[in-house]
Amino acid sequence: MQTDRKRESLLRNSGVQTIIGSLLCIAIGLLIGYVVLLIINPAGAGGAIAAILKNYFYYPSHVAVLKYLGTTLVKASALLVCSLSVLFAWKVGLFNIGVAGQYVIGAGASLYCALGLGLPWYVCLIAAMVCAALVGGISGALKAYFNVNEVISCIMLNWIGLYAVNMLLNTVKEQSTPYTKSLASANSSALLPNVGLDKIFSNNEYVTIGIIFAVLAAIIVWVLLDRTKFGFELKATGLNKHAARYCGMREKRNIILAMMISGALAGLGAAVLFLCGIEQWMVQMTSIPAMGFNGIAAAFLGGSHPIGAIFSSYFIQHITSGGSYVDKAMYSAQISDLISAFIIYLCGFVFFFKGWLGRLLDKRDEKRAAAQEKGGKAQ
Amino acid sequence: MEQYAIEMLHITKKFPGIIANDDITLQLKKGEIHALLGENGAGKSTLMSVLFGLYQLEEGEIRKDGQTVTIHDPNDANALGIGMVHQHFKLVECFSVLDNIILGAETTRGGFLQKAEARKKVMALSEQYGLSVDPDAIIEDITVGMQQRTEILKMLYRDNEILIFDEPTAVLTPQEIQELMTIMKNLAAEGKSILFITHKLAEIMQVADRCTVLRKGKYIGTVDIKDSTPESLSAMMVGRDVNFVVEKAPVELGDVVLDVQHMTVASKHHKNNAVNDVSFQVRRGEIVCIAGIDGNGQTELVYGLSGLEPLKGGKITMNGVDITHLPIRKRLTNGMSHIPEDRHKHGLVLDYTLEDNIVLQRYFEPEFTSPMGFLKRKNIRSYAERLIEQYDVRSGQGPITKARSMSGGNQQKAIIAREIDKNPELLIAVQPTRGLDVGAIEYIHKQLVAQRDAGKGVLLVSLELDEVMNVSDRILVLYEGEIVGEFDPKQVSVEELGLYMAGSKRKEAQDRAN
Repeated sequence: MQTDRKRESLLRNSGVQTIIGSLLCIAIGLLIGYVVLLIINPAGAGGAIAAILKNYFYYPSHVAVLKYLGTTLVKASALLVCSLSVLFAWKVGLFNIGVAGQYVIGAGASLYCALGLGLPWYVCLIAAMVCAALVGGISGALKAYFNVNEVISCIMLNWIGLYAVNMLLNTVKEQSTPYTKSLASANSSALLPNVGLDKIFSNNEYVTIGIIFAVLAAIIVWVLLDRTKFGFELKATGLNKHAARYCGMREKRNIILAMMISGALAGLGAAVLFLCGIEQWMVQMTSIPAMGFNGIAAAFLGGSHPIGAIFSSYFIQHITSGGSYVDKAMYSAQISDLISAFIIYLCGFVFFFKGWLGRLLDKRDEKRAAAQEKGGKAQ
Repeated sequence: MEQYAIEMLHITKKFPGIIANDDITLQLKKGEIHALLGENGAGKSTLMSVLFGLYQLEEGEIRKDGQTVTIHDPNDANALGIGMVHQHFKLVECFSVLDNIILGAETTRGGFLQKAEARKKVMALSEQYGLSVDPDAIIEDITVGMQQRTEILKMLYRDNEILIFDEPTAVLTPQEIQELMTIMKNLAAEGKSILFITHKLAEIMQVADRCTVLRKGKYIGTVDIKDSTPESLSAMMVGRDVNFVVEKAPVELGDVVLDVQHMTVASKHHKNNAVNDVSFQVRRGEIVCIAGIDGNGQTELVYGLSGLEPLKGGKITMNGVDITHLPIRKRLTNGMSHIPEDRHKHGLVLDYTLEDNIVLQRYFEPEFTSPMGFLKRKNIRSYAERLIEQYDVRSGQGPITKARSMSGGNQQKAIIAREIDKNPELLIAVQPTRGLDVGAIEYIHKQLVAQRDAGKGVLLVSLELDEVMNVSDRILVLYEGEIVGEFDPKQVSVEELGLYMAGSKRKEAQDRAN
């Protein structure tokens, strides 16, 4: 009975519920993916799912495993900062679907500063954050002063951002390809410093200080929201803007500031990825990079907690990267994206499962109370 | 054997963690007015929801004319002749009275509405029971009293025999209340059986034949009104004796703490001003009460004072400082406290903990925030614990309880603790006792009087005439955004006040100046 109680109160804990919810989502997502693979080609389904989950463990050599773990971490760190961007706005009651567009702006600003203006990495990084913050601030100001739904204004800004960045980066692209010039050859001072991290990951040159920045950002966001007066005001505004106004908080300023900080984080996400040289921008891009949108999934899978986001971002990047190891002879090239999309889609259901778990416990309590009462009456 | 129209026998209904109705029996005789009395949370609404088919009972049975019946949903209830006037009317604002009455029970022939027939029936019913409504009036144009009669006609049109009135007098003027009482007596005389839910003892004494009292989900008893007194009923309801009269020492007037000159606030709903050229003063050591029927500019007046809405004209001075254009935070830190009208919208962040709500007006002070901007959680906790103890705020887990999970009375106590502990110069309390039970109301009135006795200015906005008469030292009546009268509560009758509140009388400014 005693241990039963203990287990129950543990199950009642919101954090534990979130973790259980997240794990359930992952399991169901994998199951649906598996079923789809079975329908397409039953022979390879088990192998494909295993490949997605194994990711870099596909390689037999220890050195290669470490190297590709490094690459996954680099991409996961960008994803982490994007998910922080989403969850920061979320805590203030805003759904920043513009994280994708702000990410694009951040990429454009950092790459143009690096390639067009030849500036060092720290300037590029700050430029990315400032420009993305301004774009986020536009949506924030529209929301605060004209009550324009931030989802609408963000989606529109996403496309404006994409084509503006394509135009801008067209001036710094390679002659023969649609890609921007490589940082290593055009301006190596714009590359984020490795600070020795590359050595740990089998000389993976893309592993940089960016990973540290991402984890630091998670901790700062956590402390800011949880421990400071500013976070207290932001959350109050998000939960009840009328009450925030009633007690004299400047709710309009808070909304704009929250969107600006959210935007700055999205910009940082782009900078940590593009300034390590792992990717070049394709200036003929007609769709918005998935990184920002995946940030939404990572934020929810992590229970919209900054520390949870560290793990959820890694997981989502892990399966996204893992998708590329699926046997292309059996499945078309898009299958990996499809499977990870299923899992990411299911991530949105974390809160649903959390609520469901709570209700389940309530029902059990009720039944137990009723049973106890009956027992009492019988005596 | 007695003839019962409806019997609810040994009804039990549980919700997680609470037994809302515990073995409750209610027997309604044919042609009687039966009051159902209890504090908030006593289980009145749950019991009526069971009768109306909104909840399913777990134990017990319901009998109609001696036959056991099951009621799964409101349609079943309607088929059994049970009708209800809800506290918040269920009317389509832009439809006529007639359209609202027939809505859902339309007579049609070949798919076409037969309004002429319906009109005949409605007019006949209206005459029979002395309801005198205009069937072609649009709901949004008629008074609340008329809207309520429309609801009554809805039940009669459906030939309901058992009529439930859920706190019907809360929204009415004293005159309208008298008219409703007469209508209820007429209905009963014509053979309808009435269940009258209320917590106003005077009304029960006036119209009811019998009264069933509930307390904390339990059945306390059923009594004949002719053998009862208000005191005996309230003792049954609360479980102890309640002091109805608020004890106050004579007024000791001090300096002017609030001076409002020609205040005008625009309306969000119509072109006229919600508050039009209002001037008044509040001095230290007095409770000034703004009386009036809901929607006559009280909300906007307070929004103007607190800074939630900008003024269209006029000047507000608090403690000699012009605060007309000061932001909200400045007004609050300069000695204004505000117990808001809507505790869920303005008063609390419901998903914050109790302790965070308690520091909502002070979290930025050096006691709670370090110069670096970090919250001093330890100080917040000990401050919250002190207020919880001192003001007896009850909750499941103390300071870390989510405000949402607390009862209405304790939520209000938390707000009052927060606002009073700020040690204000001016306390604005808007309907501070709305929806609270007798015990909590007594407590809050005592707190308001204590503030006044400590030499603060108190501005009370209230819709409850009992409160207006008992608590205030001076009454200002607000009608359509203007002050139409100023009274000393000792020298005015409730009836007289009602005439001013309804707009049928007004004192001119010159009269008041004298």
